[in-house]
Amino acid sequence: MFELFTLLANVVTYDILQLAPNSGLAKSVHFFVEDTSKIFFLLSVIIFVMGLFRSLLAPEKVRLYLEGKPKGLTYFLAVILGAVTPFCSCSSVPLFIGFIEAGIPIGATMAFLIASPMINEVAVVILGTIIGWELTIIYVGTGLLVGILGGWACDVFKMERYVEDYVWKIRTGQIVMPTYDNSLKGRMTFAWGEVKEIVGRIWLYVFIGIAVGAGLHGFVPTTFFADYAGPDNLFAVPLAVLAGIPLYSNATGVIPVAEALLGKGVPIGTVLVLMMSVVAISIPEFVILRKVIRLQGLIYFASFLALAFICVGYLFNALQ
Amino acid sequence: MKTIKVLGSGCKKCQQTAESIQQIADEMGQEITLKKVTDTAEIMGYGVMSTPGVVVEEQVLHAGGVPDKEKIKSMLSQ
Repeated sequence: MFELFTLLANVVTYDILQLAPNSGLAKSVHFFVEDTSKIFFLLSVIIFVMGLFRSLLAPEKVRLYLEGKPKGLTYFLAVILGAVTPFCSCSSVPLFIGFIEAGIPIGATMAFLIASPMINEVAVVILGTIIGWELTIIYVGTGLLVGILGGWACDVFKMERYVEDYVWKIRTGQIVMPTYDNSLKGRMTFAWGEVKEIVGRIWLYVFIGIAVGAGLHGFVPTTFFADYAGPDNLFAVPLAVLAGIPLYSNATGVIPVAEALLGKGVPIGTVLVLMMSVVAISIPEFVILRKVIRLQGLIYFASFLALAFICVGYLFNALQ
Repeated sequence: MKTIKVLGSGCKKCQQTAESIQQIADEMGQEITLKKVTDTAEIMGYGVMSTPGVVVEEQVLHAGGVPDKEKIKSMLSQ
Protein backbone atom coordinates (compact mmCIF):
# COMPACT_ATOMS: atom_id res chain seq x y z
CA MET A 1 0.00 0.00 0.00
CA PHE A 2 2.90 2.35 0.69
CA GLU A 3 4.19 1.99 -2.89
CA LEU A 4 1.50 4.51 -3.67
CA PHE A 5 3.59 7.26 -2.10
CA THR A 6 6.73 6.20 -3.99
CA LEU A 7 4.69 6.18 -7.16
CA LEU A 8 3.38 9.67 -6.45
CA ALA A 9 6.93 10.88 -5.85
CA ASN A 10 8.03 9.27 -9.14
CA VAL A 11 5.29 11.03 -11.07
CA VAL A 12 6.03 14.42 -9.53
CA THR A 13 9.81 14.16 -9.86
CA TYR A 14 10.26 12.57 -13.26
CA ASP A 15 7.02 13.18 -15.16
CA ILE A 16 5.80 16.56 -13.98
CA LEU A 17 9.07 18.27 -13.10
CA GLN A 18 11.11 16.27 -15.65
CA LEU A 19 14.16 16.14 -13.40
CA ALA A 20 17.13 14.05 -14.50
CA PRO A 21 17.22 10.79 -12.50
CA ASN A 22 20.07 10.58 -10.01
CA SER A 23 20.65 14.32 -9.94
CA GLY A 24 20.83 15.82 -6.46
CA LEU A 25 17.71 17.85 -7.05
CA ALA A 26 15.72 14.84 -8.23
CA LYS A 27 16.73 12.87 -5.15
CA SER A 28 15.73 15.70 -2.85
CA VAL A 29 12.40 16.32 -4.55
CA HIS A 30 11.61 12.61 -4.59
CA PHE A 31 12.42 12.29 -0.87
CA PHE A 32 10.38 15.39 -0.07
CA VAL A 33 7.26 14.38 -1.98
CA GLU A 34 7.31 10.78 -0.77
CA ASP A 35 7.89 11.66 2.88
CA THR A 36 5.47 14.58 2.99
CA SER A 37 2.60 12.56 1.52
CA LYS A 38 3.35 9.43 3.52
CA ILE A 39 3.99 11.10 6.88
CA PHE A 40 1.01 13.42 6.80
CA PHE A 41 -1.24 10.58 5.69
CA LEU A 42 -0.05 8.29 8.48
CA LEU A 43 -0.11 11.10 11.02
CA SER A 44 -3.77 11.89 10.32
CA VAL A 45 -4.88 8.25 10.26
CA ILE A 46 -3.13 7.32 13.52
CA ILE A 47 -4.24 10.42 15.43
CA PHE A 48 -7.80 9.77 14.27
CA VAL A 49 -7.74 6.14 15.39
CA MET A 50 -6.16 7.06 18.74
CA GLY A 51 -8.76 9.79 19.16
CA LEU A 52 -11.51 7.17 19.06
CA PHE A 53 -10.08 5.56 22.21
CA ARG A 54 -9.16 8.70 24.12
CA SER A 55 -11.33 8.05 27.14
CA LEU A 56 -9.19 5.01 28.02
CA LEU A 57 -6.04 7.08 28.00
CA ALA A 58 -6.91 10.25 29.87
CA PRO A 59 -4.14 11.44 32.23
CA GLU A 60 -6.62 11.25 35.12
CA LYS A 61 -6.78 7.50 34.53
CA VAL A 62 -2.99 7.21 34.50
CA ARG A 63 -2.92 8.74 37.94
CA LEU A 64 -5.36 6.12 39.14
CA TYR A 65 -3.33 3.31 37.59
CA LEU A 66 -0.15 4.46 39.33
CA GLU A 67 -1.56 5.44 42.70
CA GLY A 68 -0.47 3.22 45.57
CA LYS A 69 1.58 0.76 43.49
CA PRO A 70 4.95 -0.49 44.83
CA LYS A 71 7.75 1.90 43.86
CA GLY A 72 9.73 -0.59 41.77
CA LEU A 73 6.70 -1.31 39.64
CA THR A 74 5.75 2.33 39.11
CA TYR A 75 8.74 3.02 36.83
CA PHE A 76 7.72 0.29 34.41
CA LEU A 77 4.08 1.23 34.49
CA ALA A 78 4.90 4.92 34.13
CA VAL A 79 7.00 4.57 30.98
CA ILE A 80 4.50 2.24 29.35
CA LEU A 81 1.60 4.51 30.20
CA GLY A 82 3.72 7.47 29.06
CA ALA A 83 4.26 5.77 25.73
CA VAL A 84 0.58 5.07 25.08
CA THR A 85 -1.01 8.24 26.41
CA PRO A 86 -1.27 11.13 24.00
CA PHE A 87 0.78 13.95 25.33
CA CYS A 88 1.14 17.62 24.80
CA SER A 89 3.92 19.46 26.58
CA CYS A 90 1.32 22.01 27.68
CA SER A 91 -0.17 19.38 29.97
CA SER A 92 3.09 18.39 31.67
CA VAL A 93 2.63 20.80 34.59
CA PRO A 94 -0.90 19.71 35.52
CA LEU A 95 0.22 16.10 35.14
CA PHE A 96 3.25 16.66 37.31
CA ILE A 97 1.24 18.31 40.06
CA GLY A 98 -1.56 15.77 39.80
CA PHE A 99 0.87 12.87 40.15
CA ILE A 100 2.82 14.39 43.04
CA GLU A 101 -0.38 15.31 44.82
CA ALA A 102 -1.60 11.74 44.54
CA GLY A 103 1.54 10.58 46.32
CA ILE A 104 3.07 9.03 43.19
CA PRO A 105 6.88 9.09 43.65
CA ILE A 106 8.78 11.73 41.71
CA GLY A 107 10.72 8.96 39.97
CA ALA A 108 7.62 7.51 38.34
CA THR A 109 6.39 11.00 37.51
CA MET A 110 9.64 11.88 35.74
CA ALA A 111 9.76 8.46 34.03
CA PHE A 112 6.34 9.26 32.59
CA LEU A 113 7.48 12.69 31.44
CA ILE A 114 10.62 11.29 29.77
CA ALA A 115 8.91 8.49 27.91
CA SER A 116 5.77 10.36 26.89
CA PRO A 117 7.15 12.73 24.23
CA MET A 118 9.77 10.27 22.95
CA ILE A 119 7.53 7.30 22.37
CA ASN A 120 4.03 7.45 21.04
CA GLU A 121 1.92 5.45 18.63
CA VAL A 122 2.33 8.00 15.88
CA ALA A 123 6.12 8.01 16.00
CA VAL A 124 6.28 4.23 16.26
CA VAL A 125 4.15 3.57 13.19
CA ILE A 126 5.86 6.24 11.10
CA LEU A 127 9.32 5.13 12.19
CA GLY A 128 8.48 1.51 11.41
CA THR A 129 7.07 2.34 8.00
CA ILE A 130 9.84 4.68 6.93
CA ILE A 131 12.99 3.35 8.55
CA GLY A 132 12.10 -0.23 9.42
CA TRP A 133 10.84 -2.20 12.37
CA GLU A 134 14.21 -3.28 13.67
CA LEU A 135 15.30 0.27 14.43
CA THR A 136 11.84 1.04 15.77
CA ILE A 137 12.13 -1.73 18.34
CA ILE A 138 15.58 -0.47 19.35
CA TYR A 139 14.27 3.10 19.61
CA VAL A 140 11.27 2.12 21.72
CA GLY A 141 13.30 -0.25 23.89
CA THR A 142 16.02 2.28 24.66
CA GLY A 143 13.47 5.04 25.15
CA LEU A 144 11.64 2.96 27.76
CA LEU A 145 14.91 1.96 29.42
CA VAL A 146 16.16 5.55 29.65
CA GLY A 147 12.78 6.51 31.12
CA ILE A 148 12.97 3.77 33.75
CA LEU A 149 16.59 4.57 34.66
CA GLY A 150 15.84 8.28 34.66
CA GLY A 151 12.92 7.79 37.01
CA TRP A 152 14.95 5.56 39.27
CA ALA A 153 17.81 8.10 39.33
CA CYS A 154 15.34 10.85 40.29
CA ASP A 155 14.34 8.80 43.33
CA VAL A 156 17.92 7.79 44.22
CA PHE A 157 19.15 11.39 44.06
CA LYS A 158 16.06 12.67 45.81
CA MET A 159 14.85 15.00 43.10
CA GLU A 160 11.90 15.94 45.28
CA ARG A 161 14.27 18.41 46.96
CA TYR A 162 14.10 20.50 43.80
CA VAL A 163 10.35 20.53 43.44
CA GLU A 164 8.96 24.02 44.00
CA ASP A 165 7.42 24.40 47.45
CA TYR A 166 4.00 25.48 46.27
CA VAL A 167 3.52 22.14 44.51
CA TRP A 168 3.42 20.30 47.84
CA LYS A 169 0.76 22.66 49.14
CA ILE A 170 -1.73 22.10 46.39
CA ARG A 171 -4.71 20.07 47.43
CA THR A 172 -6.81 19.05 44.52
CA GLY A 173 -9.51 17.21 46.36
CA GLN A 174 -11.61 15.17 44.02
CA ILE A 175 -10.18 14.92 40.52
CA VAL A 176 -12.79 15.76 37.93
CA MET A 177 -13.02 13.21 35.16
CA PRO A 178 -13.36 14.84 31.76
CA THR A 179 -16.78 14.48 30.29
CA TYR A 180 -16.81 12.68 26.98
CA ASP A 181 -19.52 12.03 24.51
CA ASN A 182 -18.94 8.32 24.00
CA SER A 183 -21.35 7.71 21.17
CA LEU A 184 -19.71 6.78 17.87
CA LYS A 185 -20.56 10.18 16.46
CA GLY A 186 -19.10 11.90 19.51
CA ARG A 187 -15.91 9.87 19.24
CA MET A 188 -15.57 10.60 15.52
CA THR A 189 -16.08 14.32 16.07
CA PHE A 190 -13.51 14.33 18.84
CA ALA A 191 -11.01 12.27 16.81
CA TRP A 192 -11.34 14.59 13.83
CA GLY A 193 -10.86 17.57 16.15
CA GLU A 194 -7.68 15.94 17.46
CA VAL A 195 -6.33 15.47 13.93
CA LYS A 196 -6.91 19.14 13.15
CA GLU A 197 -5.49 20.29 16.46
CA ILE A 198 -2.37 18.12 16.56
CA VAL A 199 -1.50 18.38 12.88
CA GLY A 200 -2.07 22.12 13.16
CA ARG A 201 0.36 22.26 16.05
CA ILE A 202 3.16 20.09 14.71
CA TRP A 203 3.01 20.34 10.91
CA LEU A 204 5.75 22.95 10.74
CA TYR A 205 8.20 20.78 12.72
CA VAL A 206 7.42 17.83 10.49
CA PHE A 207 7.75 19.95 7.36
CA ILE A 208 11.13 21.35 8.45
CA GLY A 209 12.28 17.83 9.35
CA ILE A 210 11.35 16.56 5.90
CA ALA A 211 13.02 19.54 4.19
CA VAL A 212 16.24 18.99 6.15
CA GLY A 213 16.11 15.27 5.39
CA ALA A 214 15.51 15.97 1.67
CA GLY A 215 18.41 18.42 1.55
CA LEU A 216 20.76 15.93 3.21
CA HIS A 217 19.54 13.14 0.96
CA GLY A 218 20.07 14.98 -2.31
CA PHE A 219 22.96 17.32 -1.73
CA VAL A 220 25.28 16.12 1.02
CA PRO A 221 27.84 13.60 -0.26
CA THR A 222 28.06 10.33 1.64
CA THR A 223 31.77 10.92 2.18
CA PHE A 224 30.96 14.00 4.26
CA PHE A 225 29.36 11.96 7.03
CA ALA A 226 31.84 9.12 6.61
CA ASP A 227 34.56 11.67 7.34
CA TYR A 228 32.90 13.55 10.17
CA ALA A 229 30.38 11.24 11.77
CA GLY A 230 31.64 7.78 10.89
CA PRO A 231 31.95 4.98 13.43
CA ASP A 232 35.60 5.84 14.04
CA ASN A 233 34.90 9.33 15.25
CA LEU A 234 34.41 9.06 19.00
CA PHE A 235 33.16 12.63 19.25
CA ALA A 236 30.22 12.04 16.93
CA VAL A 237 27.97 10.64 19.67
CA PRO A 238 28.42 13.42 22.27
CA LEU A 239 28.21 16.00 19.48
CA ALA A 240 24.93 14.49 18.31
CA VAL A 241 23.55 14.78 21.85
CA LEU A 242 24.76 18.36 22.23
CA ALA A 243 23.40 19.31 18.82
CA GLY A 244 20.01 17.99 19.86
CA ILE A 245 19.68 20.22 22.93
CA PRO A 246 19.03 23.57 21.25
CA LEU A 247 17.23 21.88 18.37
CA TYR A 248 13.66 21.07 19.12
CA SER A 249 11.19 19.00 17.25
CA ASN A 250 8.66 16.36 18.05
CA ALA A 251 9.20 12.66 17.59
CA THR A 252 7.60 12.70 14.15
CA GLY A 253 9.53 15.66 12.78
CA VAL A 254 12.88 14.12 13.54
CA ILE A 255 12.18 10.86 11.65
CA PRO A 256 12.91 12.11 8.10
CA VAL A 257 16.22 13.57 9.29
CA ALA A 258 17.13 10.20 10.83
CA GLU A 259 16.08 8.48 7.60
CA ALA A 260 18.42 10.66 5.53
CA LEU A 261 21.34 10.30 7.97
CA LEU A 262 21.04 6.51 8.04
CA GLY A 263 20.97 6.54 4.24
CA LYS A 264 24.29 8.39 4.33
CA GLY A 265 25.88 5.68 6.44
CA VAL A 266 25.83 7.49 9.79
CA PRO A 267 25.98 4.74 12.43
CA ILE A 268 22.76 3.75 14.11
CA GLY A 269 23.78 4.75 17.66
CA THR A 270 24.65 8.27 16.56
CA VAL A 271 21.35 8.70 14.73
CA LEU A 272 19.40 7.25 17.63
CA VAL A 273 20.82 9.66 20.19
CA LEU A 274 20.37 12.65 17.91
CA MET A 275 16.67 11.74 17.65
CA MET A 276 16.30 11.24 21.38
CA SER A 277 18.16 14.36 22.30
CA VAL A 278 16.17 16.53 19.90
CA VAL A 279 12.87 15.21 21.26
CA ALA A 280 13.56 14.68 24.97
CA ILE A 281 15.97 17.45 25.92
CA SER A 282 14.52 20.68 24.71
CA ILE A 283 14.46 24.22 25.93
CA PRO A 284 10.69 24.77 25.47
CA GLU A 285 9.89 21.64 27.50
CA PHE A 286 12.30 22.66 30.25
CA VAL A 287 10.89 26.16 30.42
CA ILE A 288 7.51 24.55 31.12
CA LEU A 289 8.94 22.17 33.74
CA ARG A 290 10.71 25.09 35.39
CA LYS A 291 7.32 26.04 36.83
CA VAL A 292 7.45 23.01 39.09
CA ILE A 293 11.15 22.10 39.37
CA ARG A 294 13.98 24.42 40.38
CA LEU A 295 16.72 25.23 37.89
CA GLN A 296 19.32 23.16 39.71
CA GLY A 297 17.11 20.09 39.55
CA LEU A 298 16.48 20.63 35.86
CA ILE A 299 20.21 20.89 35.16
CA TYR A 300 20.80 17.56 36.92
CA PHE A 301 17.92 16.05 35.03
CA ALA A 302 19.17 17.27 31.62
CA SER A 303 22.72 16.12 32.41
CA PHE A 304 21.46 12.68 33.34
CA LEU A 305 19.53 12.39 30.09
CA ALA A 306 22.51 13.61 28.03
CA LEU A 307 24.79 11.11 29.75
CA ALA A 308 22.31 8.27 29.29
CA PHE A 309 21.96 9.10 25.58
CA ILE A 310 25.73 9.16 25.13
CA CYS A 311 25.97 5.66 26.65
CA VAL A 312 23.15 4.45 24.38
CA GLY A 313 24.96 5.87 21.36
CA TYR A 314 28.28 4.19 22.11
CA LEU A 315 26.55 0.92 22.93
CA PHE A 316 24.70 0.70 19.63
CA ASN A 317 27.64 1.90 17.58
CA ALA A 318 29.75 -0.82 19.17
CA LEU A 319 27.09 -3.48 18.54
CA GLN A 320 26.67 -2.55 14.90
CA MET B 1 -25.60 37.01 37.04
CA LYS B 2 -23.55 33.87 36.73
CA THR B 3 -19.84 33.79 37.35
CA ILE B 4 -18.11 31.50 34.94
CA LYS B 5 -14.45 30.58 35.02
CA VAL B 6 -12.53 29.05 32.18
CA LEU B 7 -9.60 27.02 33.48
CA GLY B 8 -6.56 26.73 31.24
CA SER B 9 -3.04 27.94 30.85
CA GLY B 10 -3.90 30.23 27.97
CA CYS B 11 -3.80 27.66 25.19
CA LYS B 12 -5.78 28.08 22.01
CA LYS B 13 -8.51 25.71 23.14
CA CYS B 14 -9.05 27.74 26.32
CA GLN B 15 -9.51 30.94 24.34
CA GLN B 16 -11.95 29.17 22.03
CA THR B 17 -13.87 27.95 25.05
CA ALA B 18 -14.07 31.42 26.60
CA GLU B 19 -15.11 32.98 23.29
CA SER B 20 -17.86 30.51 22.57
CA ILE B 21 -19.26 30.77 26.11
CA GLN B 22 -19.43 34.55 25.80
CA GLN B 23 -21.00 34.29 22.37
CA ILE B 24 -23.66 31.78 23.40
CA ALA B 25 -24.46 33.74 26.56
CA ASP B 26 -24.96 36.83 24.40
CA GLU B 27 -27.24 34.88 22.06
CA MET B 28 -29.27 33.66 25.02
CA GLY B 29 -29.40 37.20 26.40
CA GLN B 30 -27.76 36.08 29.62
CA GLU B 31 -25.38 38.29 31.52
CA ILE B 32 -22.32 36.52 32.76
CA THR B 33 -19.02 37.40 34.36
CA LEU B 34 -16.33 35.48 32.53
CA LYS B 35 -12.98 34.93 34.19
CA LYS B 36 -9.97 33.12 32.85
CA VAL B 37 -8.01 31.16 35.42
CA THR B 38 -4.47 30.58 34.19
CA ASP B 39 -2.67 29.79 37.42
CA THR B 40 -1.81 26.10 37.47
CA ALA B 41 -2.15 25.76 41.24
CA GLU B 42 -5.61 27.28 41.14
CA ILE B 43 -6.64 25.07 38.22
CA MET B 44 -5.43 21.98 40.04
CA GLY B 45 -7.31 23.23 43.09
CA TYR B 46 -10.50 22.56 41.15
CA GLY B 47 -9.28 19.02 40.51
CA VAL B 48 -8.92 19.59 36.79
CA MET B 49 -5.97 17.91 35.06
CA SER B 50 -7.12 18.15 31.47
CA THR B 51 -7.79 21.70 30.39
CA PRO B 52 -9.79 23.59 29.34
CA GLY B 53 -12.24 23.23 32.16
CA VAL B 54 -15.36 25.24 32.89
CA VAL B 55 -16.47 26.27 36.35
CA VAL B 56 -19.96 27.69 36.85
CA GLU B 57 -20.69 29.22 40.26
CA GLU B 58 -17.67 27.40 41.75
CA GLN B 59 -18.80 24.05 40.39
CA VAL B 60 -16.71 22.21 37.80
CA LEU B 61 -19.12 21.30 35.05
CA HIS B 62 -16.71 20.45 32.29
CA ALA B 63 -13.11 19.37 31.73
CA GLY B 64 -10.90 18.03 29.00
CA GLY B 65 -11.67 19.99 25.84
CA VAL B 66 -13.68 22.67 24.14
CA PRO B 67 -17.31 22.09 25.12
CA ASP B 68 -19.78 21.97 22.26
CA LYS B 69 -22.66 24.37 21.84
CA GLU B 70 -25.27 22.14 23.46
CA LYS B 71 -23.09 21.59 26.49
CA ILE B 72 -22.49 25.31 26.93
CA LYS B 73 -26.22 26.00 26.68
CA SER B 74 -27.02 23.44 29.34
CA MET B 75 -24.30 24.81 31.62
CA LEU B 76 -25.60 28.35 31.23
CA SER B 77 -29.20 27.40 31.93
CA GLN B 78 -28.40 25.47 35.10
